[in-house]
Amino acid sequence: MDLLRFSTAGSVDDGKSTLIGRLLHDAKGIFEDQLEAVRRASGDDAAPDLALLTDGLRAEREQGITIDVAYRYFATPERKFIIADTPGHEQYTRNMATGASTAEASVILVDARKGLQPQSRRHTCIAHLLGIRHLVFAVNKMDLVDYDADRFALLREEILAFCEHLGADTPVIIPVSALVGDNVVSHGDNMPWYRGPCLLDHLESIDPVAEDAAAALRYPVQLVLRGDDDFRGYAGTVATGRVRPGDRVTALPSGLETTVRRIHTADGPLEAAGPGQSVALQLADELDISRGDMLVAGTRPQARRRIDATLIWMDHAPLRPGRPYQLKHATRQVRTRVAAVHGRTDVVSLDEHPAESLGLNEIGRVTLDCAQPLQVDAYEDNRTTGGFILIDLETNATVAAGLVAREQSVTTVEVFDDAQDIDRAARERQQQHRGGVLWLTGLPGTGKRYLARELERRLFRRGLRACVLDADALRAGLSDDLGFTVDDRTENLRRAAEVAKLLVGTGQIVIADFMTPTAEQRTRVRSIVGDGDYIEVFVDSPAEAYATRDPHGLYLRARAAEGDNVASIDVPYERPAAADVVLEVADTGVEAGVTRLLDEIAGRGWLGDAG
Amino acid sequence: MNPARPDNLARDEADGVEPRDSAAHDPRIDRLEAESIHIFREVAAEFARPVLLFSGGKDSICLLRLAEKAFHPLKIPFPLLHVDTGHNFPEVLGFRDRRAAELGARLVVRRVEDSIAAGRAVERAGPHGSRNRLQTVTLLDAIREFRFDAAFGGARRDEEKARAKARVYSFRDANGQWDPKNQRPELWNLYNGRHHAGEHIRVFPLSNWTELDVWHYIGREGLEIPSIYFAHEREVVARDGVLMPVSDLVPLQPGESSELRRVRFRTVGDVTCTACVASDADTVAAIIDETSVTRVTERGSRVDDKASEAAMEERKREGYF
Ligand SMILES: Nc1nc2c(ncn2[C@@H]2O[C@H](COP(=O)(O)OP(=O)(O)O)[C@@H](O)[C@H]2O)c(=O)[nH]1
Repeated sequence: MDLLRFSTAGSVDDGKSTLIGRLLHDAKGIFEDQLEAVRRASGDDAAPDLALLTDGLRAEREQGITIDVAYRYFATPERKFIIADTPGHEQYTRNMATGASTAEASVILVDARKGLQPQSRRHTCIAHLLGIRHLVFAVNKMDLVDYDADRFALLREEILAFCEHLGADTPVIIPVSALVGDNVVSHGDNMPWYRGPCLLDHLESIDPVAEDAAAALRYPVQLVLRGDDDFRGYAGTVATGRVRPGDRVTALPSGLETTVRRIHTADGPLEAAGPGQSVALQLADELDISRGDMLVAGTRPQARRRIDATLIWMDHAPLRPGRPYQLKHATRQVRTRVAAVHGRTDVVSLDEHPAESLGLNEIGRVTLDCAQPLQVDAYEDNRTTGGFILIDLETNATVAAGLVAREQSVTTVEVFDDAQDIDRAARERQQQHRGGVLWLTGLPGTGKRYLARELERRLFRRGLRACVLDADALRAGLSDDLGFTVDDRTENLRRAAEVAKLLVGTGQIVIADFMTPTAEQRTRVRSIVGDGDYIEVFVDSPAEAYATRDPHGLYLRARAAEGDNVASIDVPYERPAAADVVLEVADTGVEAGVTRLLDEIAGRGWLGDAG
Repeated sequence: MNPARPDNLARDEADGVEPRDSAAHDPRIDRLEAESIHIFREVAAEFARPVLLFSGGKDSICLLRLAEKAFHPLKIPFPLLHVDTGHNFPEVLGFRDRRAAELGARLVVRRVEDSIAAGRAVERAGPHGSRNRLQTVTLLDAIREFRFDAAFGGARRDEEKARAKARVYSFRDANGQWDPKNQRPELWNLYNGRHHAGEHIRVFPLSNWTELDVWHYIGREGLEIPSIYFAHEREVVARDGVLMPVSDLVPLQPGESSELRRVRFRTVGDVTCTACVASDADTVAAIIDETSVTRVTERGSRVDDKASEAAMEERKREGYF
């Protein structure tokens, strides 16, 4: 038995819930207690309202509309079905895209009386955009147009014309009555003129795999499994293509080639792995490959920092060109900015209008500027390497779905390249990486100092501009007028933060090593440096170090030079509640800490191409 | 209705159209397994401190097997957490400890009892005084204590209506709450796990599995499950339309009488709110047959959901598993 995922869509009241209810009911995908709950809710004498079977959340029941994707499952002897039941209302178009993103087929409802409504056009457009090849139209409520063959023929023409205009494959169009049941699971007696398949028959016959045997291998590395013995496996899910032991593969972005030695799974090695299979590849050579890299064979994806793409905007806050967003593509995350919005597509007329931004549920073409190159294919060719999401850095919400365009512009869009002043942006462009502050807070004895130095060394070796800023440096000059009272220490921290900010203005990555014991001090530092440039790193230590007493007598022995590094009785260390990174260097070692911090800044796009 | 149509949920099994062990090469199960493994690996790669919520029930047993496979030949790189209601079936606890030891996994147990003693949770009295709700307090306390940022749960979308809408990555705010109206869109298999300190993500690798898929998987993997899932003799009482096991925690009410029946459990939760079904199925294959023709949802055997139609949604908002 295999699996088909399909999404359903339609305008409100077209009868989508009823149709799904009918499908589940007639294919016996409904349990007695569910049916009973529906009967109870439908009232005593009424026929059970099948739509109630699929209306999940209380908020929806109250508003009487379906607001979120709901997943349903049923099986016939032929296959198991996963339905992504998507909302009909315009304001939830983003949820439609969510449901369609994993679907192999889409069933679009059309009310026989009303014809192809704007919402249905929008849904068709999104389904097509998201690469769903099998479009199925259920022309519903045929009972209300007296099962009229002419009426159906007219609608059929309208649908075919729209799909052709869209460039979609020829759809299958089926006249149904969800309420009565005709042509859903069985043909019924009311439409003898219809000779095509009923809906369920058709869904059983669709070939979901459509696996292109010749497709190039794309294998994004999720995780490196490194055992105590010699085991080293690159865990991931095959996106496209096939891989066999003995195959030559190229690791990207490094471009190094190697041979697949073995395809490891918990159930023993495989002779081949294809799309959707989760395995771990063992390679003949020890290459430096980590999460976010990709193993490929055949044609190469394009390595691009500047990407032309279609965005489906999903957030209430509109797209802000120039603002940084987090982009997740396959297993890699990078910072990005929308360098230009080229236009907004009207999904009803399919015309493109000029636009400077995109609002909720709007679809448009943009150019993105990424902090590091991504290995991309056109979305049409590859859903995994052609699809990405954008995440808002403040709210962490998923704000857009992105589809890489087939045509990539050759010339550079000159949005950020016209600077007159030698400002921070100009410097960052020249040095090809970003500046920012890693503020290391934590008690002495946590390995913080070694961590700072090691990170500095590593960044320096990569040719990046980085420097450590610590209390010794400040006390040696700038702050030699200060003592060690609580006020003086706080003032010292203020100066440290201001210095860090100036350095960031010149493009430096500043690794600030200051205990910064109180939340108030840290908030102050954060506000001086600025949120976007500040990463708070809490270097944690074993619990006993937090005794407010001073067990080692450090405070009493405090000499001027270490004054800022000693927890005092009057200012105990407050654990940060909202650190961006928490490290336990004492546990994991400095190396793991450095790796974690490199990942963090690479993930934020600070390292640019050097990441 | 077309006579060629199936007259039960998945007649292939009931009819013997496919041999019983067909799950061994069942592409449907392979796909579900691969998807779950992918999810486990994403979380392990992107979160600092994940945890697997392990109850000893069949779903979490499958979850554990999938985690084992995802990181093989390495050990599961995160601990297991069991929130102990103190009302467990003894078979389940023994099973839990044995399994954790076999896998060499770190098992953390936090007791609802302790939350009650500490005044963090207040027990409801009476025959419906289930501790299911109280688990939430203990769970959230444990998440805070260990600063877990991702918690794997065994929930499936086919269990119940509110769950049908839950994402694979379900975001919880600093109070552990779920906001069903404001879920992040989840596209392709690109999961967004970003969160601020103190917030966490519930992760449901079994989202797309059905009860029947789980049983197939138990059969194909030869997974050991607690004995109470199989038909056995037990003293039960018919109450609110379901069969409840009689025990010290679920005593007979005035006017009720108990009987000895052959029963099995479809879920194992808190003793006080887990009903059983009359059954002769004493092997996984027999359970698969029974499940294939079953006409009542699994949750229909959980008393706490019947309290109100919106019960599950309500509990999820509060941060229930
Ligand atoms: N006459 C008739 N009414 C239908 C049919 N399908 C759905 N309806 C009715 O149309 C209304 C909207 O249906 P519903 O399934 O809730 O629409 P949704 O908003 O698309 O989910 C309900 O009153 C249904 O009973 C049909 O085939 N024929």
